Amino acid sequence: MTRINLTVDGSNVSDDVEPRMLLVQYLREKLGKTGTVIGCDTSNCGACTVHLDGVSVKSCNVLAVQADGHEVTTIEGLAQDGELHQMQKSFRECHGLQCGFCTPGMIMQSVDLLKNNPHPSEEEIRVGLEGNLCRCTGYHNIVKSVQHAAAQGGAQ
Amino acid sequence: MIPAQFDYLAPTTVEEALAALGQHGDDAKILAGGQSLLPVLRMRLNAPEVVIDLGRIESLRGIRDDGDAIVIGAMTQHSVVEHDPLVAEHAALISKAVEHLADHQIRHRGTFGGALAHADPAGDLGAPALALGAQFVIQGPGGSRTVAADDFFVDLFETAIGEDEILTEVRVPKHTGWGACYEKFVRVAHQWPIVAVAATVRVEGGTIAEAKIGLTNMGSTPLRARAVESALVGQPATEDAVRAAAAQAADGTNPPSDLNGEAAYRKHLATVLVRRAVLNASGA
Ligand SMILES: Cc1cc2nc3c(=O)[nH]c(=O)nc-3n(C[C@H](O)[C@H](O)[C@H](O)COP(=O)(O)OP(=O)(O)OC[C@H]3O[C@@H](n4cnc5c(N)ncnc54)[C@H](O)[C@@H]3O)c2cc1C
Ligand code: FES
Ligand code: FES
Repeated sequence: MTRINLTVDGSNVSDDVEPRMLLVQYLREKLGKTGTVIGCDTSNCGACTVHLDGVSVKSCNVLAVQADGHEVTTIEGLAQDGELHQMQKSFRECHGLQCGFCTPGMIMQSVDLLKNNPHPSEEEIRVGLEGNLCRCTGYHNIVKSVQHAAAQGGAQ
Repeated sequence: MIPAQFDYLAPTTVEEALAALGQHGDDAKILAGGQSLLPVLRMRLNAPEVVIDLGRIESLRGIRDDGDAIVIGAMTQHSVVEHDPLVAEHAALISKAVEHLADHQIRHRGTFGGALAHADPAGDLGAPALALGAQFVIQGPGGSRTVAADDFFVDLFETAIGEDEILTEVRVPKHTGWGACYEKFVRVAHQWPIVAVAATVRVEGGTIAEAKIGLTNMGSTPLRARAVESALVGQPATEDAVRAAAAQAADGTNPPSDLNGEAAYRKHLATVLVRRAVLNASGA
């Protein structure tokens, strides 16, 4: 077991974990943050995307011990004081989801995208979401959601 | 899905990491960004007893100007290399290749040194490193040594890095003012190429003065398309001249046949991609 101390969605947490525990497992199984989901075995789908020190990563491809001393934000930490993040509102507004399984990852990656490029073109949005797969929507409404969020100043 | 048990060490200096490697020998595995190693451990294709994480060694990160070369620390993330102005100015070929490597999330974690040490024949950084004549700085118990790109890639997933050694940085000779293009042919987005071509070209008054071309996934290691390189020298940067030279792109290669394509198909692809890459790099 290895002791880790980190910040998750603004709270300090500390646990003894097996070094082989993946960050996504830690979030879901130890912290009960099941908003972050696992969609594949190959680190392709992006459903598990969270922010590590402010940048997007696939939490199925990071060990919990690697996050020791760092800051993690999950989909559950985006809303502030009970108010949804603009990206969440835009996905709701523009029907950017159907089954919703890819949505936590899509939203986390979209937030990262706007942080670096507050006004992306459609092409830039599609390229920016390259590492996130959706089996339902055909992506059109996801792109619209990100455009909507950008227009609403969703980069924060 | 879950790796086998291992012990985890997180040294903060290269010396500590080397000592740990020395102590655990081939029971140990180095962890850089983990973007190739963790999938391998999850699929249980490998089960080291000890994992030595280089992630807390600050000295291995960063990019600096060193006269006639730029030096990229082994633990510098792909996303940092991608946006670095020194790399863009002096080794544009690397910027172009890394931009299309995997996806944003993977580029935030994966490292320059990790990708080169992994030596996947389909990896996107080997061909640019080879074409630019990169030098690999490798540290072991007896100190540091430098290995030329021509000697670094030994075989499939095998490099000149010894079991008790760590790749610390990569020196890339400056190619300031050279045009560059990485042509990557993929079946699906954000994945390894079926074939890719890394080309960097120095054009003088419409004539190709020098060309360096690396091939990805045309053999068990990255390869140089030397026949094309020499055929291009002195040629005008035109479609016809480049097409003629590019016909030799597959000379001396030994590409694999797999679900993505037969060897013959890859050889054909190489000629097409070399032509496109050279023309693009020449600004034609
Ligand atoms: C979904 C997905 C898509 C990808 N697509 C691409 C792609 O299109 N093109 C591409 O090129 N790559 C791709 N990759 C791989 C990616 O580039 C990895 O980041 C890279 O191959 C390994 O770098 P790393 O820092 O993550 O190294 P790790 O995974 O940590 O290590 C890789 C190997 O190198 C060894 N090693 C690492 N650093 C050192 C060092 N300093 N000294 C000695 N040994 C070391 C490790 O022991 C291990 O064996 C993809 C990965 C994923 C998961
Ligand atoms: S679960 Fe992490 S990428 Fe699919
Ligand atoms: S909404 Fe179902 S996978 Fe995207």
